[in-house]
Amino acid sequence: MSLINIATNNSKKSAHPKYWRSLRHLKMDQWADSPEFRSFIEDEFPTEAPSMQDGESRRTVLKYMAASLGLAGLTACSRPVEHIFPITKGIDNYIPGEKYNYATVFSLAGQTAGLVVETHDGRPTKIEGNPQHPFSQGAATALAQASLLNLYDPDRSWKVLQSNQDSSWDKFEAYVKTLPLNDGAGLRFLSESVTSPSLSALRTEALKKFPKAKWVEYEPFQRTNGRDGATMAFGEPVTPHTNFDKAKVILALDSDFLGLDWQTPLPTKQYSSRRRVATDEDLDNMPRLYSVESQFSITGANADHRLRMRGSEIRRFAIDVAVALGAIPGLNVLNNSAADRRGKFLAAVVKDLKAAGPNALVITTPRQPALVHALALLMNQTLGSLGNTIELHKVAVEDRVDSGVDALKALTTEMAAGQVSTLFILGGNPVYNAPADLDFAGNLKKVSNSIHLGMDPNETAVVASWHLPQAHYLESWGDAVANGIASVQQPMIAPIFGGRTVGEIVALVAGDKQSAHDIVKTYWMEQWNNGQPEPKAEPVSADLPIVTDPKVLDLELRWKQSLNDGIILGSKPVQPVKLTADAKKVAAAVAADPYPDYGGIELAFVPSSQVWDGSYANNGWMQEAPDPMTKLVWGNAAMMSAATAHDLKIPDGHMVTITRNGRKITAATMIQPGHADNCITIALGFGRKQCGRLGKDVGFDAYPLRTTDAMWYAPRVELYGPGEFFEFSTTQERGLADHQGDRPLYREVSNVEYKNSPKAVEEMGEHPDALDSVYHQFTYDTGYQWGMSIDLGSCTGCNACVVACAAENNMPVVGKAQVIHGREMHWIRLDRYYVGDEDEPRAVEQPLPCMQCENAPCENVCPVAATTHTPEGLNDMVYNRCVGTRYCLNNCPFKVRHFNFLNFHRYDPDIWSMAHNPDVTVRMRGVMEKCTYCIQRIQETKIKAKVDGRRDQIKDGEIQTACQQTCPADAIVFGNINDPNSRVAKLKKQERNYAMLAELDIRPRTTYLARVRNPNPELEA
Amino acid sequence: MSVAVRQDPALIETNPPLVPGRRDYHDLTEQISTIVEAKVYETPKKYWVTLSITSSIVVLLLSMLTYLAVTGIGVWGNNRPIGWAWDITNFVFWIGIGHAGTLISAILFLFRQKWRTSINRSAEAMTLFAVMCAAIFPLFHTGRPWRAYWLFPVPNTDLNMWQNFRSPLIWDVFAVNTYLMVSILFWYTGLVPDVATLRDRAKSKIRAWVYGSLALGWRGSARHWRHYESAYLILAGISTPLVLSVHSVVSFDFATSVIPGWHTTIFPPYFVAGAIFSGFAMVMTLLLISRWLLNLQNLITMKHLENMNKIMLVTGSIVGYSYATEFFIAWYSGDVYEQFTFWNRAFGPYWWAAWTIYTCNAFIPQIFWFKKMRTSLWVMFIVSITSNIGMWFERFVIIATSLTRDFLPTSWGYFHPTWVDMLTLFGTFGLFFTLFLLFARFLPMIAMSEVKGVAAVERHTFAPPEPAAEEVH
Repeated sequence: MSLINIATNNSKKSAHPKYWRSLRHLKMDQWADSPEFRSFIEDEFPTEAPSMQDGESRRTVLKYMAASLGLAGLTACSRPVEHIFPITKGIDNYIPGEKYNYATVFSLAGQTAGLVVETHDGRPTKIEGNPQHPFSQGAATALAQASLLNLYDPDRSWKVLQSNQDSSWDKFEAYVKTLPLNDGAGLRFLSESVTSPSLSALRTEALKKFPKAKWVEYEPFQRTNGRDGATMAFGEPVTPHTNFDKAKVILALDSDFLGLDWQTPLPTKQYSSRRRVATDEDLDNMPRLYSVESQFSITGANADHRLRMRGSEIRRFAIDVAVALGAIPGLNVLNNSAADRRGKFLAAVVKDLKAAGPNALVITTPRQPALVHALALLMNQTLGSLGNTIELHKVAVEDRVDSGVDALKALTTEMAAGQVSTLFILGGNPVYNAPADLDFAGNLKKVSNSIHLGMDPNETAVVASWHLPQAHYLESWGDAVANGIASVQQPMIAPIFGGRTVGEIVALVAGDKQSAHDIVKTYWMEQWNNGQPEPKAEPVSADLPIVTDPKVLDLELRWKQSLNDGIILGSKPVQPVKLTADAKKVAAAVAADPYPDYGGIELAFVPSSQVWDGSYANNGWMQEAPDPMTKLVWGNAAMMSAATAHDLKIPDGHMVTITRNGRKITAATMIQPGHADNCITIALGFGRKQCGRLGKDVGFDAYPLRTTDAMWYAPRVELYGPGEFFEFSTTQERGLADHQGDRPLYREVSNVEYKNSPKAVEEMGEHPDALDSVYHQFTYDTGYQWGMSIDLGSCTGCNACVVACAAENNMPVVGKAQVIHGREMHWIRLDRYYVGDEDEPRAVEQPLPCMQCENAPCENVCPVAATTHTPEGLNDMVYNRCVGTRYCLNNCPFKVRHFNFLNFHRYDPDIWSMAHNPDVTVRMRGVMEKCTYCIQRIQETKIKAKVDGRRDQIKDGEIQTACQQTCPADAIVFGNINDPNSRVAKLKKQERNYAMLAELDIRPRTTYLARVRNPNPELEA
Repeated sequence: MSVAVRQDPALIETNPPLVPGRRDYHDLTEQISTIVEAKVYETPKKYWVTLSITSSIVVLLLSMLTYLAVTGIGVWGNNRPIGWAWDITNFVFWIGIGHAGTLISAILFLFRQKWRTSINRSAEAMTLFAVMCAAIFPLFHTGRPWRAYWLFPVPNTDLNMWQNFRSPLIWDVFAVNTYLMVSILFWYTGLVPDVATLRDRAKSKIRAWVYGSLALGWRGSARHWRHYESAYLILAGISTPLVLSVHSVVSFDFATSVIPGWHTTIFPPYFVAGAIFSGFAMVMTLLLISRWLLNLQNLITMKHLENMNKIMLVTGSIVGYSYATEFFIAWYSGDVYEQFTFWNRAFGPYWWAAWTIYTCNAFIPQIFWFKKMRTSLWVMFIVSITSNIGMWFERFVIIATSLTRDFLPTSWGYFHPTWVDMLTLFGTFGLFFTLFLLFARFLPMIAMSEVKGVAAVERHTFAPPEPAAEEVH
């Protein structure tokens, strides 16, 4: 595809000198400009490719992508022309084949986390969290990690389109010059949330040039409700910043703070740090989490107590709690019966919150209306926790930049009235995800000049008059700021598909064409010249050096150091402000509409844990990462409780039509234990129509029912059904298999129980001490003995490890049909069990990699000794010896072995091979595969240690498995169990350590730390 | 009745001769040899029709196996957790079928059960063909069948390593191959005198050469007979423990594992009884069909059939007892996983398969307590079919359904066979019947020399007959 690059780059007559490596290359460039080559490219890349949903059509992928790898591979040779500095090594010492890590930054839905990206010969292959970035702390969310595959999306946009006809950047640039922009009267910009300071500056410049132009920020999952709630409470839009690590009692009002409410690992990092119990003191200081929610989220699964309630009724619940806490003056009507579950729950929560005082924390979700946010802030103020567990940060409000659904509504009104002549849609997909009542597609057609910049030729692209390919964040310069911590987004690779950034387009429109690199660098140079940020400030992370060297005043060096660190030198968190909430104003808002009518069936929308808002629809890793609670892959479902399904006479797994105000969607029903009654929850982002081969028509599109008056909760929907049966693809059997019954697999104790009888965990199962075997028993007591400990108490079930493992170990994406057959390949999976009462279940998540049994049942049954034990206690898999009898899979009590039933990788889009980790074999069909504790990482470190002359002195923590490295909850610890001082050895000495199925005398090396819960004794009975 | 026999008419009533009717040695030779010697147009049309159908099914089998080898195991319904499903079910099923052949030939020979003579040859042939059908599955169920030879202790240039002798699959390789080899030897040794007869009767040079080579220079001298008889006896002695050991080793594939439903010490005798049961059912099916196709009513008599039904009653009851024992032990063990597995077997998603086997294998054969039932051709044909169905399902239930729900509920699954699964199984039946039909046409299906021996005994027996010929249970 670099040829295409060359083709487009040549013609754009860029400001840069043209680089060529040899005469042959130059000739090739000229050929690339020729019409013959262009027509060849046209033939080779049809825009449409069949869906990969079912096994049959996947095979055709090869045909369509035959040429792409050959071309794409060349891109690896083209380094970005701008200077990029690695975090560890200088480019002068570049060793081909060696991996290099670069710091960069990732933004999603206005939130930012620092990343470190592993590259092999110029190809990004693995995304990790930046350990120095305060919002990542070394971890990365599943979505951040999987964004790598968006870079290698085979169906990405790769050419400029005018009215869906091929065009070029040259023509587009010429076209921009002809646009009658004048004072910007008919000029509008629509973008997703902007986190980039340089883009903001550029935007301000552009809006200065076009005084009548406007800029709207809209994306489907914005946090405008929180902004409005803060404005209601404090009179100005402040951003609450939560410190979960300081909270003793947390009330989560519909908040999924461990899941999809935050797109950074920080909340999980903070919360789980307090749930990792080691000492009695930890037991006493454990936070208690109360969750009130409609659907079962992972936050609800982690809660000590959970109350299921319709999303719209949470408002009423929040009012009741606020009243009981005395937060709302003048209101004292407690609409609550002390006898029912809700009443008891409420009383206990209020008592606990009061007792915790400044260490209490009440939070809600961006999905709840502004009033609930205001109430939550007010409650925190009443409890005294404002300033402790929750801080307020001022946000800069930019003139003529509006965000949120109201701004979008205003924009579409203007579009409908013909007042918009030129609309730049910079990223996003509003035709697909804008509220249905705005008829964005229809109104877009009324705009004479509509330009869409996007990663893929999506629904918006086909309606807009121009479509421009957007550069992925891993291939373009940019920057982002989170809570004052600014980072540079540095590219690892030249744009594979020749895309450009939002900044470049804005600069072009403003008549000041610049490269993304220049935009970012110039911006920060100017900032530094103005003394911002102060370079000698305290570093934000303990690992960063305190800069005292006067040389850093040299701007070039400062720039390089910032790229190296992943954080702009000297940038520091914004200082919280002290504000007092206006309780009367909130009370007035409550009194104005105290108890709206909640009759009928309610439809709730949630972001998808897999495809987010739909932008990850063509991402195989995410489509196949099971939803943590439903274990559903390749699709979504209309989820409801068993009682509601019974009332509506709609069985599980049948198609229904859901209508509201004449709009309708169809979806298949799924009974979700623990779901609130009389409501239905459906994840957004599925059912894309203009999408690549993976995401097209996968799942059910719920956006058509999402209107401006019902962005998250649509009251009074009507259901028609049941229609025909629909087959879900879940990675876990549903029904009986949702419970572990009397099997002591997942173990948990309450903190009180654990304190009183520390042996309680061990006694839950049989632990035979000495069983005789007919075979010689190995002792494994010398050298490195690898082992793993997984803390069930801190694991939240966020899926990050599943995606990390898939990325690290070149896992194939098998598709929906194969998942239905039970052939998914994840080496680590999250087992979800429901616990207790059918109506009010709790849920637990258990990560399950290979247990690396010392006495492995898989090993002695392999006829060809393809799976054997190493002296270091690993259960190795020798792919090239495996003949594929599958006996090991049968005899594995955990079923963590995965068989290549088909040549799965053969059906991958070819470009995905660029994402492969060269340290790991790509397995062919017919062989078994499994987790080996990332043996490639172990070997790499061992070799490094040997080269350094410390063969037997690998430091504890020097080797991290992929799952461990990315775990935001730090639940997974790997190391040498033969070293009594290693972290893992110490964890295994804890009383709550247990080995699963130890009674089979398999001696697993992976052991679990039982979850310690912190239930409220008043509610536990 | 032969005039030479002076048997008590009352005894004849209760204990009819094994070779009824007026026949001398020549009649016997004629009747059996003409089947082999018949010209193409003389062979009954129904034979050719049947052969063309079965050989078409062989072509189907070959295409299924090619598709499998080219594409991967994914064309079958196997999945995680069900690594073995119809493949190993079919393997154990076919191995089991083979057992009756060896049992009839060797064990009944050692026990001097004269009634075996008219059925032992076809039973032995059946053993061979069944083992051939069985051998397809261990080979083709591997993910990379072109590497399946690594299961044999032959030098390979790829990794130069030994097999893992702890693996029951390696034991299987040895057990099945030993069984196949001994069965071939035993069958062939028995064939030698009959092939010599065909050689002597041959009218064309090709026939004379082919049968002459196969006859290994047999002249029927007393010396030959003396060596022949001791060789046959020795081979029978070697084969007898194999009947027990092969299926015991096959059962170790499961018994030595940790999976509930597999990990059971009862498996060796249980599997052997099941194998004999299914083997006799298959012999019964085959004999009833060939008796009809080739008009052998006078050689394969009701007495043979009735005796076989008695053995099916015994082995079916042993199998039924084993079922009950498994449930008792599951309850008695107190092991939650084991208890769940057996509850799940009877009442889980595969309840229909479990109740099929209890009905077909344990309950239905009980009708053979009644003489009227065990002498009715239609009843025994139906029972032989249901027993085969039941025994196939038994292996499926043990192998696949134990895997569907083991220790961790999160890794449970369900097995859906694909059309490739079904056509592969169907194809092996085609192969089996094709081989059998070819055998019936080109080799003496009934051991002439042995039947003559039995006929001779009867002819020269004075009332009361020899005890050995009398008791047949």
